[in-house]
Amino acid sequence: MKRPLLTLLLLATWPVASHAFCGFYVASGDAKLFNKASQVALVRDGDRTVLTMANDFSGEPKEFAIVVPVPTVLEKSQIHIADKALIDHLDAFSAPRLVEYWDPDPCMVAKEERFMLQNAAPAAKMSADLAGIRGHSLGVTIEARYTVGEYDILILSAKQSGGLEQWLTENGYRIPTGASRVLGGYIKQGMKFFVAKVNLKEQRKLGFTYLRPIQVAFESPKFVLPIRLGMVNADGAQELFVYALTRKGRVETVNYRTVKLPSDQDVPEFVKDEFADFYRSLFGNQVRQQGMEVVFTEYAWDMGWCDPCASDPLSASELRGLGCFWLSDDVSRGGGQTPFITRLHVRYDAAHFPEDLVFQETSDRTNFQGRYVIRHEWKGEGDCPGAREYRASLAERRAREARNLAELTGWRLERIRNKMAVTADWSRPEDRQRWWERIWKN
Amino acid sequence: MLSSLLGYGLFGLDFDLSWLHVTAVIGAALATQLVCSRLWKLPRFDPLSALISGIGLCTLLRTNGIAPAVFAASLAIASKFVLRIRGKHVYNPTNLALILMLVAGAGWISPGQYGHFAFAALAMVCMGLTVVTRAARTDVTLSFLISYAAILFTRSLWLGEPLSIPIHRLQSGLLLQFAFNMISDPKTTPDSRAGRVLFGSLVAFGAGLVQFVLFRTNGPVWSLAAVTLLVPLIDRWLPGPRYEWTPTTARTGGSKPAGNLATAGTHPHAGAAAPAPAIP
Repeated sequence: MKRPLLTLLLLATWPVASHAFCGFYVASGDAKLFNKASQVALVRDGDRTVLTMANDFSGEPKEFAIVVPVPTVLEKSQIHIADKALIDHLDAFSAPRLVEYWDPDPCMVAKEERFMLQNAAPAAKMSADLAGIRGHSLGVTIEARYTVGEYDILILSAKQSGGLEQWLTENGYRIPTGASRVLGGYIKQGMKFFVAKVNLKEQRKLGFTYLRPIQVAFESPKFVLPIRLGMVNADGAQELFVYALTRKGRVETVNYRTVKLPSDQDVPEFVKDEFADFYRSLFGNQVRQQGMEVVFTEYAWDMGWCDPCASDPLSASELRGLGCFWLSDDVSRGGGQTPFITRLHVRYDAAHFPEDLVFQETSDRTNFQGRYVIRHEWKGEGDCPGAREYRASLAERRAREARNLAELTGWRLERIRNKMAVTADWSRPEDRQRWWERIWKN
Repeated sequence: MLSSLLGYGLFGLDFDLSWLHVTAVIGAALATQLVCSRLWKLPRFDPLSALISGIGLCTLLRTNGIAPAVFAASLAIASKFVLRIRGKHVYNPTNLALILMLVAGAGWISPGQYGHFAFAALAMVCMGLTVVTRAARTDVTLSFLISYAAILFTRSLWLGEPLSIPIHRLQSGLLLQFAFNMISDPKTTPDSRAGRVLFGSLVAFGAGLVQFVLFRTNGPVWSLAAVTLLVPLIDRWLPGPRYEWTPTTARTGGSKPAGNLATAGTHPHAGAAAPAPAIP
């Protein structure tokens, strides 16, 4: 049986889970959030790169295969299988967040604020016998062959794309039409091919029921993520999350415009119950508005802290696990410069993203986060002048929040108004209740 | 054109630039020009070139905070007065400041900041403006763009890449800003037309080298800095009339553009003997 060729960007579905944290539980949804998405952690310092590729391939493990162009022949020690929780944690830490505030009693001098967070993180649920002699005649060289964790890995070099395509086909990889041309470009640039498939025996022995992320470490001036192979047989747009961890500062793409996701906006209270839907619509709407030509920054922050924290910051050992080689596990010895994380999110197809993604690290250490605010209205019964003024101001505030939401997500204002349960002038009957009506509610 | 790019960046693309930043950088460029004009006892204070450098830096250089950007603007303008060979300043001031800030790690350029334009439309606008304002140096811009396009297309054809890739690379707004506003600086390009065509091609070649052999970003900016050092040699090999920036002529002459080709030094090697050209 032939394995479908999955490239760096794996086709996958992505269940959503809203995470509760800071002690407050918020309803979770199990709707699919982003389809055909993949996640990559990219640790980069100087010419050193550690790439962690996570996928949530849900088919039969024997059908899994991945082909990634890499700049050098990798030794066995340059390949590692990571704990999937690392990517999940990165995702949870950097995901857009909802912050809740409760309006204080306008009649009270002392104001008290509480806040609660909800994480709309697409919680990283992203989860041979090969004929060497035949390969030689096709101009394909098996540079190395390893079994690492549950994967059988080959490093191939090739002289021409036709030979490589034929070799892959003969060895059970299902090559999409058109891949040959893309492979040819990489071959001429001297790139090698990292090919992995699941070793079922090893997988049974290790006892994992899912595929763990594959990590590779190499040195190359190229700071590139090859996305072209993955688009050859793509049916529609694909989704990619890149978590870049660097020493100096923010990472951006140099051959595509990088823009920040609109943030820090007040939205109506009901968004709390459908934050996953909100995030998906928000992203889709922004992609449309930008003509699907940009890469979005969703988070850029020094990993030493967060405010508010969508999850605990990653520990030094987790960061080392992801490849931050400059960090020491021993904090007492200084620990090393905390990495700066940049979460990039891109929806792409071949028409709008003809080139591979090329990145650069900047010295920008400005913190940015996708943060949305809901303010719970005060429902008290006080009737001081402050309370009357407060109630009179609510309609305008609701209208503003609704407009924000419509602008962010593209949702119709009428739909938002219905969800908010307000009248045409954005008021609610209780805004106009007189003081005695507040005493005897029944 | 630079002002419209800055305006587009600020309002259309939402650059992370405050008005304070823009004012401080342009102010620093003008102030440095004023101080240096006095120190070097120039007959008049000419703000135009400093304004161009200031706006150029606003659109290109990104920094953490305003201070490094202000420093870069002052550095750019001061370099025109300090780094001179045969009465001609060596470096395009914006280019030099960008390179020094990149080397020091005190700033960065975002090559993708303008996104990708409908190339033909933008190129026509650029061409139109160039013809009107700076006809004398269109040759260097064209030579650079044609050579760079040739490199991109040849490489893609060799790799078997779809042509959408080189076209996408050419549609970079930053590349066009470089071609029309930085490399075309009349004071730092060779004197003769043949020299300028050679210069433009060399910069394009260097840019390709940086991008496709060294795999570094901002190829054109690095390449211009390196190739600029060859300008005295190109001038010696392919001599031509010296450019002089003559705003007075432009104002009094009416029909002449602000930057025009004058023959201050009738003989290219007579730089020292010829009247010292005004510093833009």
